[in-house]
Amino acid sequence: MLMTDRERLAREIKGLAEKHGHSRTSLIPIVQEIKHKYRKIDDFAMQVIADQLGLHPVEVYSVVSFYAFLGSEAHGKFIIRLCRTISCDMQGKERVMRQMENDLGIRFGETTADGKFSLEWANCMGMCDQGPAMLVNERIYTHVTPEKVHEILEECRRSFGVHATEQKEVYLV
Amino acid sequence: MSPLPTFSSMAPEAGLMQALALGRPDIIEEVKLSGLKGRGGAGFPTGMKWNFAAAAQAEVKFVICNADEGEPGTFKDRVILQDHADLVFEGMTIAGKAIGAREGIVFLRGEYTYLRPHLEAVLAQRRKKKLLGKEILGGDLEFDIRIFMGAGAYICGEETALIEALEGFRGEPRNRPPFPVNTGFLGRPSVVNNVETLASAACILQKGADWWKATGTEHSTGLKIFSVSGDCGKPGVYEFPMGITVAQLLKEVAGEGAKAVQVGGASGLCIPASQFRRAIAFEDIPTGGSIIVFGQHRDMLDVLHNFLEFFVDESCGQCTPCRLGNRKLLEGVELLKEGKCSMAYLQELCALGDTMQIASKCGLGQSSPSAFLSVVKNFREELMGRTYSHV
Repeated sequence: MLMTDRERLAREIKGLAEKHGHSRTSLIPIVQEIKHKYRKIDDFAMQVIADQLGLHPVEVYSVVSFYAFLGSEAHGKFIIRLCRTISCDMQGKERVMRQMENDLGIRFGETTADGKFSLEWANCMGMCDQGPAMLVNERIYTHVTPEKVHEILEECRRSFGVHATEQKEVYLV
Repeated sequence: MSPLPTFSSMAPEAGLMQALALGRPDIIEEVKLSGLKGRGGAGFPTGMKWNFAAAAQAEVKFVICNADEGEPGTFKDRVILQDHADLVFEGMTIAGKAIGAREGIVFLRGEYTYLRPHLEAVLAQRRKKKLLGKEILGGDLEFDIRIFMGAGAYICGEETALIEALEGFRGEPRNRPPFPVNTGFLGRPSVVNNVETLASAACILQKGADWWKATGTEHSTGLKIFSVSGDCGKPGVYEFPMGITVAQLLKEVAGEGAKAVQVGGASGLCIPASQFRRAIAFEDIPTGGSIIVFGQHRDMLDVLHNFLEFFVDESCGQCTPCRLGNRKLLEGVELLKEGKCSMAYLQELCALGDTMQIASKCGLGQSSPSAFLSVVKNFREELMGRTYSHV
């Protein structure tokens, strides 16, 4: 059977709604899982989620747009969140930021053209005694220095793999 | 070695066994007698909170553990969850028995996603040991705990915003009353307690209210876990009795000679060196445990700028005093940095800060001007008439 991306996504959302329950309390867990896997929540996904939970799609959008870790826009494979709050600020987050932007050639809030890296600011992530701190996806890095930035980015690139390609349009199931 | 000797010295599950032997009112009475107050910062008496929820008539009730610590400079809950997760879950189970709830929810902040596998493993082990589930330790108590991941919003540390997020809404605080102890998650009576509060309650059940009251002050009993960061020799997590003075604390963390100390995070107070003899306790300087030390070379306007950018970013935008007030204060700090702020305008900004404290809907807007007001009060000579070279 031939299946398009949309059908596959819709089926996945239906599965998640079965798992978490067809009620509004499942909204954030479902959005989190879809965002984690697809790195974006587009209009179609929001519509399907809304249908499954008996909401208006605008309700889904209002929640998705509220939380810093959700958001409908696409982000890279590796989302780098650098802490900008006071303790990390005093420990030199500014220079880490500069080096990060130099090495990736993008500014904070942007994603690299190859879709690998996104740079974002984060507010206090609870590593104030070991700053500057940053999260790469769910992994935490502490005592980050400008010269460590390159190493961390290379580590990400290695784990992504040179032969990794973008997901195909059509799937056989 | 864990930085928290008291939590480490607890016998596993002794508090829970004690609670299973006691009646519901006796558990609450013990917590009430201890004088334990909420460790998240607001300092509401825990025994009273449990009592309200226990008294509420409902078939379904909830115990919610607030693990959404987002206050700048706070990281004690991370350490507690890493090293003493069992104690926290034990406290939740005790609270479940005390108020008559069968379900507990840990609201874990999104930034701590990496802690989840560890917590799930601890929960699985507790289910295996019959410390969770049906017929806990062979008794008739039924209680289980699940984890809900937050999605990166500071405001969800506020208990009603947290409940909104659990229900699948934007994290916008509700009007109080009704309080969550009567109308909480899904309209059911819910107790929302901080991670440290729940762990402390488990200790109190084990060792008794008198043991807890032996440390601390009359109105702020017991031990407090502090998160210390900034310009000091030994940043980290510390356990001190309530009522410790700022000076004593600085000595312990090798931060003597500091210019100022921010107690209670960005929404707390900025204490100048002249007031280091004041005590950290609910009756003097209240705190959720965040201590940020500022060395002599720090520019207090840079600090304020950072705090206000934080609040502008994290305000949920629901009420005007907070949404616009923080923005105005931030612009004011920028003017001060450029040396373009008149004294009259500074006074107006202070009046705006006072208004925000009164008129904001929730704790975020009510406390966000605190740092601004205390810096203006204590470091005025440093703020006015700057020249561009300072910028």
